[in-house]
Amino acid sequence: MGEVKHPERTQPEAPTTTSAPLYATRQKVYPKAVHGSVRRAKWLILALCLGLYYTVPLIRWDRGPEMPDQAVLVDMNAGRLFFFWIEIWPQEVYYLTGLLMLGAIGLFAATSLFGRVWCGFACPQTVWTDLFMLVERKVQGDRNARMKLDLQPWTGEWLRKKALTHAIWLGIAAATGGAWIMYFNDALEMTPRFFTGQASLEVYFFFGLFTATTYLLAGWAREQVCTYMCPWPRFQAAMLDENSLVVTYRAWRGEPRGKAKAEGIGDCVDCRACVHVCPTGIDIRDGQQLECIGCGLCIDACDDVMGKLGRPKGLIAFETLTSLAASEAAAQFVPPGPQRSACGMQARRPQKIIRPRTLIYAGVLTLVVAVMAGSWLLRQTTSLAVLRDRAPIFVKLSDGGIRNAYTLKLGDKTRGVEAYNLVLDGPKGLHLIVLDAESDPSGAPVLTTRPDGITQWRALVTAPAGLKLPDSVPVTFKLVDARGHTEVSTASVFLGPKP
Amino acid sequence: MPTKVEKDSITGRMTTGHEWDGLKELNTPLPKWWLYTFYACIAFAVVWMVVYPAIPMTGARGLTGWTARGAIGPELEAERAKQEPMLAKLRAATPAEIAADPELRAYAMAGGRIAFANNCAGCHGAGGQGATGGFPSLADDDWLYGGSYESIHTTIEHGVRNGTDSDARGIAMPRFLADGLLKPAEVADVAEYVLSLNGRSTDAAAAGRGETLFAENCVSCHGEKGEGNRDMGAPRLSDQVWLYGGDKASLVQSISYSRAGVMPAWGSRLDPAVINMLTVYVHSLGGGE
Repeated sequence: MGEVKHPERTQPEAPTTTSAPLYATRQKVYPKAVHGSVRRAKWLILALCLGLYYTVPLIRWDRGPEMPDQAVLVDMNAGRLFFFWIEIWPQEVYYLTGLLMLGAIGLFAATSLFGRVWCGFACPQTVWTDLFMLVERKVQGDRNARMKLDLQPWTGEWLRKKALTHAIWLGIAAATGGAWIMYFNDALEMTPRFFTGQASLEVYFFFGLFTATTYLLAGWAREQVCTYMCPWPRFQAAMLDENSLVVTYRAWRGEPRGKAKAEGIGDCVDCRACVHVCPTGIDIRDGQQLECIGCGLCIDACDDVMGKLGRPKGLIAFETLTSLAASEAAAQFVPPGPQRSACGMQARRPQKIIRPRTLIYAGVLTLVVAVMAGSWLLRQTTSLAVLRDRAPIFVKLSDGGIRNAYTLKLGDKTRGVEAYNLVLDGPKGLHLIVLDAESDPSGAPVLTTRPDGITQWRALVTAPAGLKLPDSVPVTFKLVDARGHTEVSTASVFLGPKP
Repeated sequence: MPTKVEKDSITGRMTTGHEWDGLKELNTPLPKWWLYTFYACIAFAVVWMVVYPAIPMTGARGLTGWTARGAIGPELEAERAKQEPMLAKLRAATPAEIAADPELRAYAMAGGRIAFANNCAGCHGAGGQGATGGFPSLADDDWLYGGSYESIHTTIEHGVRNGTDSDARGIAMPRFLADGLLKPAEVADVAEYVLSLNGRSTDAAAAGRGETLFAENCVSCHGEKGEGNRDMGAPRLSDQVWLYGGDKASLVQSISYSRAGVMPAWGSRLDPAVINMLTVYVHSLGGGE
């Protein structure tokens, strides 16, 4: 293979004998407090997400007697998922699959349009880490105070502040684990049992698991989760393109960096405010990088500094790479100063929203929504499953007749008890009986449902001796209500010996 | 093999020294906590091996003496305890009463299906379809000893010709040829007559001779028209269900050397509740009587 030529490639330095370490020590990040519109948006989303997470299990929803009255509940024992007026049975788990598809494609669409907004604003790792950092800041002080505290001996003030921080963290973590189990158990009924030690081992296990992971991931691991554990940043590059909004440093305006009063330099005064506020401890001025979660706090930090210096804000901004390149091209021959700023800003391009990938994401989203909505609207609350006996395939009776046996499962997802006539559609002469079922005056078997449950019946279909039938005949079992309306019909076959 | 570690000029990072066809690998250090987590897993594995049975072929039990078999015992006991109230009800009720009660019936059908698979399916087939050669189908409408709940219950409880239960069903049929009761030609005539009972005879003369022999030798058990006798377990010969085959060769074999299917007496092996559940389940297979 030939040598790869790269325009920026300089001569390699002389080989060194000292190798870089294969294992890196974590550089602790001390994010500084920051104020601004991005920070406000993040607080708002944090309050909304956590508020929902902690309070949703408390919402009540009347479903009638003997039914759980919790609005959102995954009832593992009874095999039901309750979501306000919606009630899902285990065999309808595809609705959950649909939701997961919507989540995944929604995430792709949001990323291709607005970059890593999920990572920066709504990901639980980000939200809880933000909350834990707030606690840390309130107890131990801002960046410099915390850095100083970490250098102190492990006594007195250090011990007091660290202990208080971790105690509050554990409290939040316990509330997180506690709220989690409420989604799977009735919150009002479970809480007293939980505190008196009467809850099941599973409940305490999951409480412990979510408490421990919240405390570890938000308190200790933080940006390490995003950088090393999470798969999403790895394949996010495939979602992002030059038309996605990303957090960018407008190098064309900021460079060369230098002191505010110096001559012939760009707008960046190299105050490192953007680095100090970064929750993952990176320098956004190095360009796009995997560690950047797109939270935009550096934008607030830089805007603050620019405002104080009386320079236009937006040296760091949410911008597409196309727009950035256009500004750079327009401003590259203009000397640093207000004129260069104006020139570059004027050359910005509006974001191209409609492009093949966004159209495809929108199309797939629409399709999944339509399929889900359609299947929900057409969802039947009564179901009839017909399981034909396969051993024996058919039975020869003592008079030479042929009989097939079927197990019928009649499901009713509503609360009432319904009675249906079971009607068999098939060749004339087939005789249907249902064991242990009532009959209506005409002799047709009557099947009754169980509220929110399944009733099982055994049906025997007989072809009397002498009835000539092929070895396989399609038949249909129909549930007909009192008004003669066919509620549900299920196809099966009637098998016999080869003629 | 690592060759030389150098600094990559584009990224400013060191390489690991690994090189393949000119492609060099950048050194991206793994975080130390990751390494320590790995060590912790190794330590955990060692502790696990000491505490739990983990070394194959040695029979080593581990410090706790825990075994999967030992652990399942109490779990099964707990499950049985949960079943007990229902089983008590199933013991107290007759099979007909169980079938009339939706709750008991659902339980008996589920339990009966399992008990049938464990105890009965070996001979009678997974769905009670039976097999030619002495394993009656339980899914048809032909019952050797009766298809009522009561009859089925008795058959399951006491079995058939098992020699262990004095109330067992069935008596032995004579071996008409082997014991010298009929000559080979006579046996063939009787078989021809039996074929004629459901209209399959091709030799009216032989069937006529057979009728006389049938009246002399067979009617006491099988009835004048071959309608069978459930008290003795003598099958009906005028229908189309044949336990040992209905062709002439099979009939000759049956008459000559007799047939005597056996079935264990489950009353001494199974809980009365299980027998009741089996009765309800077997009754449902072919609809009973």
